[in-house]
Amino acid sequence: MSTQTTNAGSRPISAYLYKRAKLRLFGLIALPMFWIVGVYILSLFLLLITAFWFVDPFTSKVIPGFTLDNFISIFTVPAYLSTSIRTLLIALAVTAVSVLFAVPLGIYMAKIARPWVRNALAVAITLPLWAGYLVKIIAMRLVFTEEGFFNWALAPIGISGPTFSIPLVILTLTYLWFPYMALPVYTAIRQIPPNLFDASSDMGAKGFTTIYRVVLPLIVPAIIAGSVFTFSLSLGDYLVAKFTGGSTQMIGSIIASNINLNPPVAAAFSMVPIAFVLIYLMVARRTGSLERM
Amino acid sequence: MSQAFVSLRGVNKFFDDVHAVANLDLDVHAGEFFSMLGPSGSGKTTVLRLIAGFESASSGTISIESQDVTDLAPFDRPVNTVFQDYALFPHMSIQDNVEYGLRTRKVSKPVRAKQALEAIDSVKLSHLSQRLPHQLSGGQRQRIALARALVLRPKVLLLDEPLGALDKQLREEMQVELKRIQREAGITFIFVTHDQEEAMRMSDRIAVFNEGSIEQIGTPQEVYERPQTKFVASFLGVSNIFSGQSAQEIFGASTMVNVRPERIKLVPADTPLKGDESGVVGTIIEASYIGATTIFLIQTQSGHRVVATRINEELPDQINRFRTGDRVGAVWKSDHSAVIPT
Repeated sequence: MSTQTTNAGSRPISAYLYKRAKLRLFGLIALPMFWIVGVYILSLFLLLITAFWFVDPFTSKVIPGFTLDNFISIFTVPAYLSTSIRTLLIALAVTAVSVLFAVPLGIYMAKIARPWVRNALAVAITLPLWAGYLVKIIAMRLVFTEEGFFNWALAPIGISGPTFSIPLVILTLTYLWFPYMALPVYTAIRQIPPNLFDASSDMGAKGFTTIYRVVLPLIVPAIIAGSVFTFSLSLGDYLVAKFTGGSTQMIGSIIASNINLNPPVAAAFSMVPIAFVLIYLMVARRTGSLERM
Repeated sequence: MSQAFVSLRGVNKFFDDVHAVANLDLDVHAGEFFSMLGPSGSGKTTVLRLIAGFESASSGTISIESQDVTDLAPFDRPVNTVFQDYALFPHMSIQDNVEYGLRTRKVSKPVRAKQALEAIDSVKLSHLSQRLPHQLSGGQRQRIALARALVLRPKVLLLDEPLGALDKQLREEMQVELKRIQREAGITFIFVTHDQEEAMRMSDRIAVFNEGSIEQIGTPQEVYERPQTKFVASFLGVSNIFSGQSAQEIFGASTMVNVRPERIKLVPADTPLKGDESGVVGTIIEASYIGATTIFLIQTQSGHRVVATRINEELPDQINRFRTGDRVGAVWKSDHSAVIPT
């Protein structure tokens, strides 16, 4: 017995932890839990609390308390309500335009294009992700400004492009978030067996019917996954509106202008996109399409 | 037989520089069970896809019931297809799958529901009509794929190796079932398979494919008993092909001749040939008992190998009087040998 050696003496901590599963678990998740609960959740919670506070009109100081005025103002101040609705519609439009582009592109890439074309397109879709956010906004600004490329190129045939307005905001947001829709949609279409396309046309369906009845139902999970990005990122954005929207205001614009003046109103407004996203996810859940994700 | 129902004239199909179908002429008659048999890559599936319209011919014409369909899309052709891996829509119930084609044809809801149920009933699966495809077994899915195609009452039903994924027993059941359905519905079936036994069991006629061309078209008996090419002789069943020197020795002419193993009798080496018999003498180098038959491999003095099968009509120890190493005569009736023209 005395000649037998063990490692117990040389690794006291490991040996101690070996018998204490809970302690080991704590060691594993302490840091990420601190991040999620301590920073992430807590800050959102504090934001929610702040939304019930108010600003003293004379001193301009934030006074902790409880008032629903900030939330009520979202619905009662006409400019606030219309901005919320405008933002929602813009985010929905961005999502719709992204789907409209992503589905035919995905079908082409997954089922028709030769491998090198497919790869080139995959790179082309992801490439904009590498460029900075502001870079892309400025790029769109340059293309669509009054004397920009778009107007210059189309002037000879008498067409003028969108100026700095809501359509351009939608285009620019689509430009920013399109990869998040295009990639999952493409991947999902790739997984549809080619025989299903043959079978559909064999039974009399033309291209559009096949897309509507076969392709779309099969890629709903991918569209929802993509739309979580296109929808929620658009809801929260305000720089695109600022630089390409002219006078267009979005929820983000109101938050930004109130962040110093009236933090409680900014906080209350921050809840609006969160509420929209939660409602959206609940609707998606209702349709049963999340179960297949 | 009646006149040509599906007709291909001078059809070519290139995939890039691969000549998948080469200058093909083909006539399928109304109401027949026609099989396209060949190894993988022989072009049989491509021909099926050309008839269905999933591929367009590089040149040539395809007509169905004397209507030129060469340039018609699949959805405008009076044919339907049963796919190798069923191709059922995974997000639709069995009922919706079978209704799909009726729906695209704008058949009203009560009518299509009734027709779909009848079709599902005809393959004896009406109790599963509300299930999803993945809840069905392979054999059940295959039958639904069949019902889904038949409910549209096509003039021609195309079947692309539909039984390939099934196990042996189920496959044999489905062969009988398919044949019954074809007979009862009176529809022309064009059936692609690489399984020669399957083709022979079900078909009225068989086209044997090789390298994008048809080597021979005929009844199962014709292609088996009178193969027109060496490929057909060796692809269908086991063959003993004599040519050149060995044909000269046996038949007195250097034509190519085929003798099927089951037509060959083994006799003691010194038995004289009867007037209507031909034969060779050799040594048994292998005797394999495989249950119903025993397969003998015999090598002649000149090195030519002959396969002979004996049906084990009696217990093996009584009939297996020939063993490995014995010198025997391999004998057959002269009119059982078939000359292969090319």
